[in-house]
Amino acid sequence: MLAYFARRLAFALFLVFAVSSAALVLARLAPGDFAAQSVGLDGRTETMAEARARYGLNRSIGEQYGVWIAHAARLDFGQSLLFDRPVADLIPERAANTAILAFTALLFATLVGLPLGVVSGSRPGGLLTGTIRAASLVLLSMPPLLTSLFLVFAAARTGWLPVGGMTSTTSTSAGDLLRHLVVPAAALALPLAALFERLQSQAMSGVIGQPYILATRARGIPRSRVIWRDALKGALGPVSSVYGLVIGTLLSGSFAVETITAWPGLGQLMLDALRARDVYLVAGCAAAGSVFLAVGTLLSDTALALVDPRQKEQIEVRG
Amino acid sequence: MRTFGLTLLGVLMAAAIAAPVLAPYAGDRQFRGWLNAPPTVPHVRDDAGAWHAPFIYKWTLTNQLEQRYEQDRSQRVALSWLDGGRIATSSDPRMPLFLLGADSYGRDVFSRLLYGARISLGLSLVATAGAVLIGALVGGIAGYAGGAADDLLMRVSDFVLVLPAMYVALALRSVLRLVLPPFEVFVLLTAIFAIVGAPLIARGVRAIVRSEKQRDYGVAALSLGAGHARVLVRHLLPAARGFLAVEIVMLVPAFMVGEATLSYVGLGFPDPIASWGTMLHDASTVRAFADFPWLLSPAAAMFLVVLALNLVMQTPGIAPVYNTADGPARRLRANTHPVRS
Repeated sequence: MLAYFARRLAFALFLVFAVSSAALVLARLAPGDFAAQSVGLDGRTETMAEARARYGLNRSIGEQYGVWIAHAARLDFGQSLLFDRPVADLIPERAANTAILAFTALLFATLVGLPLGVVSGSRPGGLLTGTIRAASLVLLSMPPLLTSLFLVFAAARTGWLPVGGMTSTTSTSAGDLLRHLVVPAAALALPLAALFERLQSQAMSGVIGQPYILATRARGIPRSRVIWRDALKGALGPVSSVYGLVIGTLLSGSFAVETITAWPGLGQLMLDALRARDVYLVAGCAAAGSVFLAVGTLLSDTALALVDPRQKEQIEVRG
Repeated sequence: MRTFGLTLLGVLMAAAIAAPVLAPYAGDRQFRGWLNAPPTVPHVRDDAGAWHAPFIYKWTLTNQLEQRYEQDRSQRVALSWLDGGRIATSSDPRMPLFLLGADSYGRDVFSRLLYGARISLGLSLVATAGAVLIGALVGGIAGYAGGAADDLLMRVSDFVLVLPAMYVALALRSVLRLVLPPFEVFVLLTAIFAIVGAPLIARGVRAIVRSEKQRDYGVAALSLGAGHARVLVRHLLPAARGFLAVEIVMLVPAFMVGEATLSYVGLGFPDPIASWGTMLHDASTVRAFADFPWLLSPAAAMFLVVLALNLVMQTPGIAPVYNTADGPARRLRANTHPVRS
């Protein structure tokens, strides 16, 4: 078990290293650089050369990469050219914004999706189950790109909620943040809730037919208690196996939702960095994104091993 | 439900193929005086209750600055049929037929939606075909050959599988100039999507080929003198048909949304080209959301495509996918992974 996790961790580290290096080199190889963009087309050659020297863009790719790696090993990821601040300061700030969004969405999706899945899975047929199923099917057909567009549209039409940004310029209270949170969090949460509902529903209907449920019922335990305690416990596998992955994906930032709702998170930062050819920031964002994804994958494997002992055995055999 | 899904898909595909006939105008034709004009809904009955051949009411611009229009219910404009190879257009050049309104350049949204369907659907279909081809080949060879080749191929595809695909797509895309000719964008996006989508398929195909290889029919074909390639392609790979069908249904929407996301953030197709993503990019202002909701019609179109595919998969195909050991995780990855939106 321990050897397995050690191997997984080593692989994750290698992955993060490879992704951020690739991002740095690729962003550097791209035509046009930050100096050209910031000085502008009419910049004189000397100004341009001066800017390049200032940003360290006059070095060869190999040299620049070497310097970057040497610094990155000491957790210094360079200076963002676009924001003129250390990348190591900028990313945690934006990652925190993304995390607020991610955990709100996850909480909402779990609180809505899971119970509905238990309900629809434990009573096959009926109006309630049909309605839940239909709603999930519709929401599953709407990736966050679409939900965020529709929600922003609804917010703009009704004027009930702010359509973008994280805080108003006039107020910085928690209530204001919450109001801004509704649209992006719901955009992420709705398809996710539908996914949880479907997974939980299928797992429940599988478990309900098991002999142990019948045996518990036969002993006179009330139906609702059997469903919400005994059956639910046995049907948590599928959802918990995707949970870690979901956390990882949510934390690495959603480009679509963050752009559409102007939420200043990681996804938006990466986009800004790419557009401005801010090489260090691109590498930093890619590293952060892959760290979250790797942690998420690891989490979901661990969660699966915890709920389903068979999976643990498999891991031990392989590891 | 399944039939409904298939019908919906068929209609959408037919509309995309028949775009040059169905669309009232060319996708890049601009009507200068009609920026953000609202939809002209065809009527067959006028206010007095009299019946007519299908006609539209004329809009008049009441506020140039805010681009507000008012309907002039006194002027009927008849539709003209089969004019210039197009099924229906307006008979009056001063009032074009905007079934879904006009965008901020005065282009007909309905026409662009149809032309855009060719790019958006075409790209996701070609990319899916590419992913299936690469995945089946890699997975098939790995599963059939076993040993070192298997190890190597699976390590590589595992690596690609855990890459944060959207970051890779963005990084690869940004290596090239920000504005590329449309054909190059098409090829580039197709290639990126096919590569990030392939490992998922390779894994499944490998497992299937590995287990099928043990069965008698494969051994029998070999001992009858069939070559390895023939055994693999003709006898073993067909066993993966069901798996591939499910994967295709999951990859198409993921790629479609991927294109839309990239185009939405400005890294996809360049402007005059109509794709569903570029159309949404044009609609990405608060003003558009509040006052020109017809600009969001590509989002509705995308929803219909994904819904149709989900309906096709729902009964009964979805169950086997979920029931495999890593089914839920795979399904989630297909939704989020190849190109996360």
